[in-house]
Amino acid sequence: MRKFKQKFGFLLLRLSILLAVIFLFSLIIVIILKGAKVISIPFLTQFPQDGMTKGGIFPAIMGTFLLAVGAIVFALPLGVFAAIYLREYGKSYRLIRIIRIGVNNLAGVPSVVFGLFGLAVFVKFFQFGVSLIAGSLTLGILILPIIIRSTEEAIATVPESFREASYGLGATKWHTVRHVVLPVAMPGILTGAILGIGRAAGETAPILFTAATFYTRRLPSTVFDEVMALPYHIYALMTEGTKPQYQVPIAYGTALVLLLLVLGINLIAIIIRYRARKAKTW
Amino acid sequence: MVNDVIVNTEDLNLWFGKKHVLKDLNLKIKEKSITAIMGPSGCGKSTFLRCLNRMNDLILTTRIEGSVFIDDDDIYKPKTDITALRKKVGMVFQRPNPFPKSIYDNIAYGLKINQVKKNKIPEIVEQSLKDTALWEEVKDRLHDSAMSLSGGQQQRLCTARAIAVEPEIVLMDEPASALDPAGTLKIEELMEKLKEKYTIILVTHNMQQAARVSDHTAFFYVGELIEYGETEQVFMNPKHKLTESYISGKFG
Amino acid sequence: MKEKFIRPILLISALVSIFFLCGITITLFTESLPLLKQYNFIKFLFGTHWYPTCYPPELGILPLIVGTLVVTLGTFLIAVPLGVGTAIYISEVAPHKIKEFLKPTVELLASVPSVIYGLFGMVFLAPLVQKVFHVPIGLNAFTASIILGMMALPTVASIAEDAISSVPRSLREASFALGATKWETITKSVVPAASSGIIASIILGLGRAIGETMTVLMVAGGAAQIPHSIFDPVRTMTATIAAEMGEAPMGSLHYHALFAIALVLFFITLGFNLLADWISHRRKV
Repeated sequence: MRKFKQKFGFLLLRLSILLAVIFLFSLIIVIILKGAKVISIPFLTQFPQDGMTKGGIFPAIMGTFLLAVGAIVFALPLGVFAAIYLREYGKSYRLIRIIRIGVNNLAGVPSVVFGLFGLAVFVKFFQFGVSLIAGSLTLGILILPIIIRSTEEAIATVPESFREASYGLGATKWHTVRHVVLPVAMPGILTGAILGIGRAAGETAPILFTAATFYTRRLPSTVFDEVMALPYHIYALMTEGTKPQYQVPIAYGTALVLLLLVLGINLIAIIIRYRARKAKTW
Repeated sequence: MVNDVIVNTEDLNLWFGKKHVLKDLNLKIKEKSITAIMGPSGCGKSTFLRCLNRMNDLILTTRIEGSVFIDDDDIYKPKTDITALRKKVGMVFQRPNPFPKSIYDNIAYGLKINQVKKNKIPEIVEQSLKDTALWEEVKDRLHDSAMSLSGGQQQRLCTARAIAVEPEIVLMDEPASALDPAGTLKIEELMEKLKEKYTIILVTHNMQQAARVSDHTAFFYVGELIEYGETEQVFMNPKHKLTESYISGKFG
Repeated sequence: MKEKFIRPILLISALVSIFFLCGITITLFTESLPLLKQYNFIKFLFGTHWYPTCYPPELGILPLIVGTLVVTLGTFLIAVPLGVGTAIYISEVAPHKIKEFLKPTVELLASVPSVIYGLFGMVFLAPLVQKVFHVPIGLNAFTASIILGMMALPTVASIAEDAISSVPRSLREASFALGATKWETITKSVVPAASSGIIASIILGLGRAIGETMTVLMVAGGAAQIPHSIFDPVRTMTATIAAEMGEAPMGSLHYHALFAIALVLFFITLGFNLLADWISHRRKV
């Protein structure tokens, strides 16, 4: 009886992983198959034409790139400094715990709420308008917890003996952080940054009201211009497009580009983490 | 041989939180000699050592009363420049802890902190490695990672790193405990050589080592200084019953 | 010298997260306030009709709350068994080679953007559901639950797997030494020991599902009505905000009502997060 229970139990487990794999791979496969039909060099390098029924998605690719870069430029220094404080400089356990709760909760805020915040503060209050900078700042806040968490983790794995050796030689705390801790933590920090970039590139709701537009004739020339973006483009094609027979394939193509982009970025992060772990000499 | 007193503690007491770890320590350590601090595990030897370069400051629950004079200067007075103190009082730790950098950069690290001129660094690196009998073994691979050295070599590297900044005192916290007998021998030979230039204060739980190597010995027991004197006297003719019991192996 | 300036800079950076969290809370309150002044709050929370563009506007968000709950429940039913099952499989049953492949794969899948799930649901799954189940429209709560379940699955699986594999070896060995089968060890020793981590993963996965916007916007249908069956189209709070903010005139009652929805949503997800945080701290071995 017990053996039967075990066989049945394992069957259930195998079933669940099978279902999970089928679900998720069917998504990937559908996107790849349908998207690949549309992808071509012109698709990647041209502007949309003919009311979004022909042409390419180049401005969306650029827009996503700029938004993601903007987000990380904002979030990386802020997040790394915050993590350094929490791990190296913090003296009051209470304050540290409060800040950590703050970070965790910021991480759980729904993306559309970030979008509203960005709308009220960056677009309206600071009067940046719907713009690249409003979108980047909003995305930056969204990915800040990712940066803080991964940097904290990376710093925590630096062995204490290195710090002791440095202090023993008369180094100041900042010197120790800069020249001993950060270099050792760098792969982890880099991994976190790359994951943040991937996340920023894939988000739609935060840029809905802060940066994105369906169509621009030119690439943005200042940070105050609106931008096209891959995730928003997919959404807009599916919900605002008037000629689905042309636009659905384009949406699939855009989705494939976005998918490859995001998966590629995350794969790089995983590889960096893996190689750093192998190269560890202590 | 009459040496001056270089380290003088007066009624030194230390608490970690509520735990009273060091009790009323009065110890005068002579310069340019090897002073060994021995005693059973957990009796505060390493803690005492770390008072001398204020490494205990890194532990948040530390509380200290009393004074520690180095060269007649109380290192616990408020405005003390701790980084300058740690240049003067170097430390070699129990487990070798070279930085994950090259052999060269390990030693250059301390020099750069002390703003040694760039062109002087290579010769100081070479000299430190010679002083710690490591030069011949590594001179052709100075830019290899320090982690590729053996345990004993790493410990000698850490010693070279410590003396490169020209301290007056070198604190050695059980420097050979993580090493094999060959490595231990090399460290002990190193200490003999170094005492010509530096004051060495050695913590060891190996009393034979203390007897072999040191000029003066202090015996600690549960945070108190039980006996202190010239090594020969302490081992041959201990004044305290406790010391005698420890030496004859009755505990510890 | 530099040291003096470093500490305050670092401290300020660390406080920024709290600063933004407070900023978000304050902004949501400020922009919701005009609604609360002009419209009865009870009618807002429990009213059954959401007609913001009518005159006079009816701003009852109960259908939206129900929509969110129904979709979240559906997600739960799919993501939890499959996610936890996957986690147990990866951690305890999978042969080493498969494990090495599956772990990073699951992690990668957790990073697929939601809008892609939405596209898949809208164009591929919804027509399928429509055909298979003979329902008038494939964009409904059922389809949305499936898609969201798929979305939450990698998150639940990944975190639960971490919790399960960090159960110490000694626990399993003790169980085997007493003669238990592998299945019994898993269900009676390992999973209970990892329970707080597993529960945290479920709560986090659900939190993400509640806060999910684009997928439900594209897949759940557009009807802001309380559903009668699982195959009815529904609207969630998130989808409503995303869909209508573009059209609500700045400063209008509709605009403030959307912010008020965001406020309610914010507190719900905050509650979930604090719960998950509390649970994982409570049973920390």
